[in-house]
Amino acid sequence: MGSTNSTLSKIPNVEELMQETGFTPAHIVRLYDRFEALDKEKTGHLRPQDFGAINRLAMNPIGDRIIGAFFSPGQETVDFHSFVRILAHFRPADKKRPKDPSMPEPVNSRTSKLKFAFQLYDQDKDGKISRAELLQVLRSMLEMQVTEEQLESIADRTIQEADLDKDDAISFEEFRKSLEKVNIDHKMSIRFLR
Amino acid sequence: MACRTCLWLLGTTFFTCTVRLVVEGTEVGATQESHPEPGVVGSNHSQAGGGHGSSISGIQIVTFKWHHVEAPYLIALWILVAGVSKMVVELNHSLTSVIPESALLIIIGWILGGIIYGADKMQTFTLTPTVFFFYLLPQVILDAGYFMPNKLFFSNMGAILVYAVIGTCWNAATVGLGLWGCWLGGAMGDIDIGLLQFLLFGSLIAAVDPVAVIAVFEEVHVNEVLFIMVFGESLLNDGVTVVLFNVFDAFVSLGGAEIDAVEIIKGIISFFVVAFGGSLVGIIFALLISLLTRCTKNIQIIEPGFIFILGYLSYLTAEMLSLSAILSIVFCGICCQKYINANMDERSVTTVRYVMKVLANGSETIIFVFLGISAIDPAVWVWNTGFILLTLLFIFVFRFIGVFLLTWILNKYRLVPLEFIDQVVMSYGGLRGAVAYGLVAMLDENKFKEKNLMVSTTLIVVYFTVMLQGITMKPLVTWLKVKRAAVTELTLAEKIQNRTFDHMLVAIEDISGQIGHNYMRDKWHNFEERWLCWFLMKPSARKSRDYIFNIFHQLNLKDAMSYVKEGERRGSLAFVRNETKADVDFNKKFRASFSEIMPDIMADNMGPDHVPLSSILQDIVPSVCLDMHEQDLTMRESEDFNAHHLLQQHLYRGRKQHRHRYSRSHLETNRDENEVQEIFQRTMRSRLESFKSAKMGVAPAKKIQTKHQKKDKPQKMPNGNSSDKSKNHPYGDKDFEFSEGDGGSGGEAAGDLFPMRAYRVEAGIVNPAFMAEMDPMDNMQQIPHVALLPQTLNSFDT
Repeated sequence: MGSTNSTLSKIPNVEELMQETGFTPAHIVRLYDRFEALDKEKTGHLRPQDFGAINRLAMNPIGDRIIGAFFSPGQETVDFHSFVRILAHFRPADKKRPKDPSMPEPVNSRTSKLKFAFQLYDQDKDGKISRAELLQVLRSMLEMQVTEEQLESIADRTIQEADLDKDDAISFEEFRKSLEKVNIDHKMSIRFLR
Repeated sequence: MACRTCLWLLGTTFFTCTVRLVVEGTEVGATQESHPEPGVVGSNHSQAGGGHGSSISGIQIVTFKWHHVEAPYLIALWILVAGVSKMVVELNHSLTSVIPESALLIIIGWILGGIIYGADKMQTFTLTPTVFFFYLLPQVILDAGYFMPNKLFFSNMGAILVYAVIGTCWNAATVGLGLWGCWLGGAMGDIDIGLLQFLLFGSLIAAVDPVAVIAVFEEVHVNEVLFIMVFGESLLNDGVTVVLFNVFDAFVSLGGAEIDAVEIIKGIISFFVVAFGGSLVGIIFALLISLLTRCTKNIQIIEPGFIFILGYLSYLTAEMLSLSAILSIVFCGICCQKYINANMDERSVTTVRYVMKVLANGSETIIFVFLGISAIDPAVWVWNTGFILLTLLFIFVFRFIGVFLLTWILNKYRLVPLEFIDQVVMSYGGLRGAVAYGLVAMLDENKFKEKNLMVSTTLIVVYFTVMLQGITMKPLVTWLKVKRAAVTELTLAEKIQNRTFDHMLVAIEDISGQIGHNYMRDKWHNFEERWLCWFLMKPSARKSRDYIFNIFHQLNLKDAMSYVKEGERRGSLAFVRNETKADVDFNKKFRASFSEIMPDIMADNMGPDHVPLSSILQDIVPSVCLDMHEQDLTMRESEDFNAHHLLQQHLYRGRKQHRHRYSRSHLETNRDENEVQEIFQRTMRSRLESFKSAKMGVAPAKKIQTKHQKKDKPQKMPNGNSSDKSKNHPYGDKDFEFSEGDGGSGGEAAGDLFPMRAYRVEAGIVNPAFMAEMDPMDNMQQIPHVALLPQTLNSFDT
């Protein structure tokens, strides 16, 4: 597994990364080991097929979307920094963080997590979840028995419930509002291994 | 119906008693009727008089030879009675959902015991330790070991061991010392007992009982981690119990004066010897079983028998060597599962599973009924308020304290901490059962003057935990959960989003390698793949694992590709929902083109043993094609539309919600597997679809270089993926973990073959004209999409 310090020195800009994401050195090392394990050809970048090699993602209805979320638009590869940054969204929120408006929103705050979730739906990045986009997600998450009509009805009803300005699409604000009662921190956090 | 079975039950018992009585009566020469006989017995009575005891005056045409068959008859009759009791208990489902079956069986045992006592004026049938430990307990534990979800068990092994060893020692010590202290304080009056005897009693009453735990948790659905904790603890604490029991028994025999440091150290050493020795015996027998099943191809019809016999032998061998018999049989079951399931014919596997359940269930029923019957025996009842009440109090309180203390320590080291509600359930679920009773009945009356007191107390403890705690467990869990969960009705958006979050978390966990990536586990897997599977599995089983995983995957790919082609040809993918035509065509087409793929695959997978792949593949082919169409696509236009209801029914459950349920009475259904299979196929299809559309877009150009331009949207990865190995495995429904365990198979060795193989697979699928133009190897690098396909066949579990 390598000692912490020697591995850390291999990673460029590691302090900046830790500062930005809030991961401890031990976490970073752990994630680096994982990154290297995934990066079979040792190019220092991950490509879609490296993610694809993870069996279990194929058994996840939104697995491919999640993979896509790692890749910024236009980019074909993910480097370690981006990898860690995306994963940092899933750190449990720091409860004791002081509300400092001058500092940028930390990656694992409630808003950032919601933004991540929003982007999963909003593939064309227009800031709104259109009916078609919602249909796509629903289709992938529901069993094949459900007919197209039923899917559309569900999508319609969902938009109806959440859409406050009646533009037949869900904006980020509406999305956030519809989930205000949900404990996002609990639902979107995993405890990373030391 | 209920009346009839009850009457029949009573009738059988009457019959048993009367027959015995009558027989004894005729022997002695006097008939004793102490209760009214049903008419059916009367006729036998007259015959009995004629058959026995009188000198032969002529040839008897028919004789009543009771003694000839007494023993087996009674045994069979009692098994029947137990079975019928279970039937009676299960008549009313609303009753069993409130009161656990085990409690009801004990009540029936009381009734039966009452009848017998009334008939015989003594308790002729009790649960003797010999019968219990040799004939009733082994199959229950073997069942537990064989169906144990290994992955879950071993990943929580540390915590389980802590609870089993330290927890049990804590319980034993505190209960023993507590009682002793109270005795010294005079709370129990004047009884002839000492510190050592208290400690012994503490050690036998401290152990959580596997039979009781399963019986109660069956009805209460708790999360899998919690279940495995309590269940694992109940199985493993036998090591400690056996040691403590023997050590204190020896101490009592020696007398207090002889105990010095040496003896205590010997006691501690004996713990390690007993525990590890027992496990070792179990593992050796597991190896034997696996090796044996490797060679039983010609006697498949009796294959299942070997499992049971060898399992039982492992139990007896450990018992013979004074090691922990329960640990032995548990590890035997745990270690041999995988190999025997692979080695044996599918029908044998099914037989083993069902017979195991029958035996275990039957034994459990008999145990509980007899626990009830054994109570109705005034000879063993000694009432000492102080002793009994204090015991109850102490085991309850100290269990809670122990669990909370240990969990607090463990949570510092665990990935996923155990929550408060889990701890409460775990403490409350520390049920005592028949094992404690068996142990206490084994005590020697001469050494333990207060044996009867202990027996009575044990019975009361068992009844208290099984019945009271069993009945209140479910309401407690429900109440606690309800207290925590939100009560408001969720909106559609929330429901969908919650599920999305679940899937998201699972995906992120997989990507970040939280669960799969573990150094020790990887090393174990590698070791296992290289050595154990080679040694313990039949060559054909090994081969089929490798082949099937790769080939199933290839077939699935091909299958999905043709499917997509079909859909595109027809204009839209909406036809997915139309089952009629596509079904038939597809199957026929598939079978016809089956042979296309065969030569390619055979060529690549040359191994020392040439296994007839076709036979293996024939088995999986049907399941490969059919599954894609077997969804029941009934149109529900007539039903009222209800979005909430639909979501409830049809949202895919995330992996976290797949339960590894160990159940005494149900064999696992395939539902989770079907769902995962469906998801997998859809993902594959969508990936291939985009892959395909990329290629189709380029095909007309027939130029290799143009392929570079294709930039697929990131979320639709044009790479396939390695197959989910456990699905469509010819050996029926397998535990989910099976796939996860076999990451490395075939992947490394065949790495360089992949491009070739992938290529040829494609040849069968994609436009052949394409192929002619492609120069295989050096264009691999230039063509990212083609190069992707090799990755699909890589069966690494990263």
